[in-house]
Amino acid sequence: MAAGTPTAPTASNRPQGAQRALEERGDMPPAADHRTSMAGSLRDAATAAFLVFVLGFFFLGVRSDIAPGGLTLTFRWGLLAIAVAIVFGARLLLNIFVFRTARPLTQRMGGAISAQGRAFPNLGKWLGRALFAFAVILPFFFTYFFPGRERQYIDLAILIMTYIMLGWGLNIVVGLAGLLDLGYVAFYAVGAYSFALLAQHFEFIGFWTALPLAGLLAAFWGIILGFPVLRLRGDYLAIVTLAFGEIIRVVLLNWYEFTGGPDGISGIPKPTFFGLEFVRGEGGFADFFGIPFHNIHRFIYLYYIIFILAIITNLVTLRLRKMPVGRAWEALREDEIACRSLGINTTNTKLTAFALGAMFGGFAGSFFATRQGFISPESFTFLESAIILAIVVLGGLGSQIGVVISSIVMIGGIELLRNLGFLSQIFGPNFEPTQYRMLIFGIAMVLIMVWKPRGLVSTREPTAVLKEKKRIGADMVAQGEGH
Amino acid sequence: MEYFVQQLINGLTLGSIYGLIAIGYTMVYGIIGMINFAHGDIFMIGSFIALATFLILTTVFGFVFLPVVLLIVLIVAMLFTSAWGWTVERLAYRPLRGSFRLAPLITAIGMSIVLQNFVQVTQGARNKPIPPQIQGGITIMEGMTENGRIAVQLSYMQMIIIATTVLLMIGFTLLITKTPLGRAQRACEQDRKMAALLGVNVDRTISLTFVMGAALASVAGLMFLLLYGVIDFYIGFLAGVKAFTAAVLGGIGSLPGAMLGGLLIGLIEVFWSGYFTIEYKDVAAFSILAIVLIFMPSGLLGKPEVEKV
Repeated sequence: MAAGTPTAPTASNRPQGAQRALEERGDMPPAADHRTSMAGSLRDAATAAFLVFVLGFFFLGVRSDIAPGGLTLTFRWGLLAIAVAIVFGARLLLNIFVFRTARPLTQRMGGAISAQGRAFPNLGKWLGRALFAFAVILPFFFTYFFPGRERQYIDLAILIMTYIMLGWGLNIVVGLAGLLDLGYVAFYAVGAYSFALLAQHFEFIGFWTALPLAGLLAAFWGIILGFPVLRLRGDYLAIVTLAFGEIIRVVLLNWYEFTGGPDGISGIPKPTFFGLEFVRGEGGFADFFGIPFHNIHRFIYLYYIIFILAIITNLVTLRLRKMPVGRAWEALREDEIACRSLGINTTNTKLTAFALGAMFGGFAGSFFATRQGFISPESFTFLESAIILAIVVLGGLGSQIGVVISSIVMIGGIELLRNLGFLSQIFGPNFEPTQYRMLIFGIAMVLIMVWKPRGLVSTREPTAVLKEKKRIGADMVAQGEGH
Repeated sequence: MEYFVQQLINGLTLGSIYGLIAIGYTMVYGIIGMINFAHGDIFMIGSFIALATFLILTTVFGFVFLPVVLLIVLIVAMLFTSAWGWTVERLAYRPLRGSFRLAPLITAIGMSIVLQNFVQVTQGARNKPIPPQIQGGITIMEGMTENGRIAVQLSYMQMIIIATTVLLMIGFTLLITKTPLGRAQRACEQDRKMAALLGVNVDRTISLTFVMGAALASVAGLMFLLLYGVIDFYIGFLAGVKAFTAAVLGGIGSLPGAMLGGLLIGLIEVFWSGYFTIEYKDVAAFSILAIVLIFMPSGLLGKPEVEKV
């Protein structure tokens, strides 16, 4: 097909329902004759509103709370009525402007965007370079332009960078080799606990000596856990890796003598700059370089550590993709049987993917331990695996820049909620936006996936090409094949 | 011996609950080949609806006759939870039908996060205790051990749970084998495209599968509430994983297998806690999941999957 018309099949093939707000999509498919009529729109909106009434009745309308003498009920019919009204109004507007008109608003917008995308074919490359340049100067940018709040922003940048690194690590396993891993957090935990335990038992071990050890141990665990699941594929593999992740967490939680159980491990040493500690006074980093001591130095240093670790992950992945093993991963992702018939050793291919992904997870884990100074099994729940996987999949499987974009969107976007204090003036003083963090995260995960099942960056560029390089759009990739 | 029998009874009770949830997993997997990750949270939703209905009936309307109350609670919970099951399918899975395999799994995980946090936000994070409702039981065995007398109790609660499960299973088997809906479901399970060509409304059948799964999960939710007397927004995750283990152990796609697997998982968990360590009971369940999937992927009663090129 010509490269000029890749958007047309998507709009007609995909069941409508991408951009709608979550609750508003409860209707039956509309009958053809009153598709664009006002009455049909109204009826449809009423159906959606009624559904919200049914769903919300026991959750929005009623709330049970612990009180002396058993649970007491509070009724919140106002809240339920508001929810129903909002859904009715929003659904009606969407019906009129998007779903039930001959010319949906989104189609025009989508057309404009994809036209621009075609006009700048190297957009991804330039975006990557721009983001890289910004990441290099980021700490100085924030200290210069946001004095007083730089610590908060750099902390957020460290967090996002950690997720980018984890996303890149998992991308090797899921995006390149096509092995769906729901227990990636286990390796993150192995890395964090290896460093914490080594530092606790041996005094001479610091961050820089523990880092390679933690990576090795995590890779070792990757092979151990990878070995039994070599025969599994798809959903089954996902569930077994989930089980492994949970087993490791439960063991960490219950092996009190070794891991400290739910109390976790505290007092994990901070990283040093070639032996210089980030402390005030004699012999510290600031003293050595003759600059005034500031707390922010340590954060900037931490930022650069994770930045370099992430860049290493990315470079290794990009180089490996050009090597036989990387080609084998991608072949494995596309078709395992064909891969085997061509004489590729699938066992080794899978194990290297597991081991490498786990190693980067382990690096990130020991960085996490040194940043926090305290770890406990609480930080390594299944939710964490789900978030990392969501970042990889929403970014577009196998896409490196996609991981960056979705980390910034998902993690940064959620952190933005902390700054929404002004909303409490509207919703009353008890309104706490941060409690909606995970709710919004989940809704975003569902919506992005429904809207763009192949992820935000959904074009796949094959590494190996025959004669002419063709860009494969998301719509051209055979659906339901491969992984 | 007496201890063993007691644990057996406890295991069967717990296993009934897992079995009812497992049916939802196995049906959905059979018909559209995906793991409905949010099913455990549908179970949690069901138990919250049951709790709210129970409180409304007893405190607002002042009903005191327990059998009637529980019957109303059961029906309300089944109806409202079905609406949740239907909505989840409609919002998160139907738009992705025919997409690549990972896509619905991701939305399922997303839905699971949404449901958990929705309940947490609207109902609070603290757990919800209710006083035990059905007390008493009968003693079926007595014996002496070195520690003194030991009696094997079969409580009324356990009898109700097991009896309800058996009744539901009979009704459900009839539904699948004898009714047009059941026939449509089996047709969709074998070949969705062919079923659609022969006039089966595939979308509707899949929706109804989710509705039935949700209804059974809500019954399990009510039983969980009555048996343990305390629920919170997070109960769905563990129960879901264990029920999924049960479905896999029994052979995914097979209904009697799901029930059998549920009973086995219940028994294993109870015996593990009774004879080994209670802390690692979840590890036992997870290890069984891994071992079964690795060595016996088609489960006890399942059909082996043929790999076609």
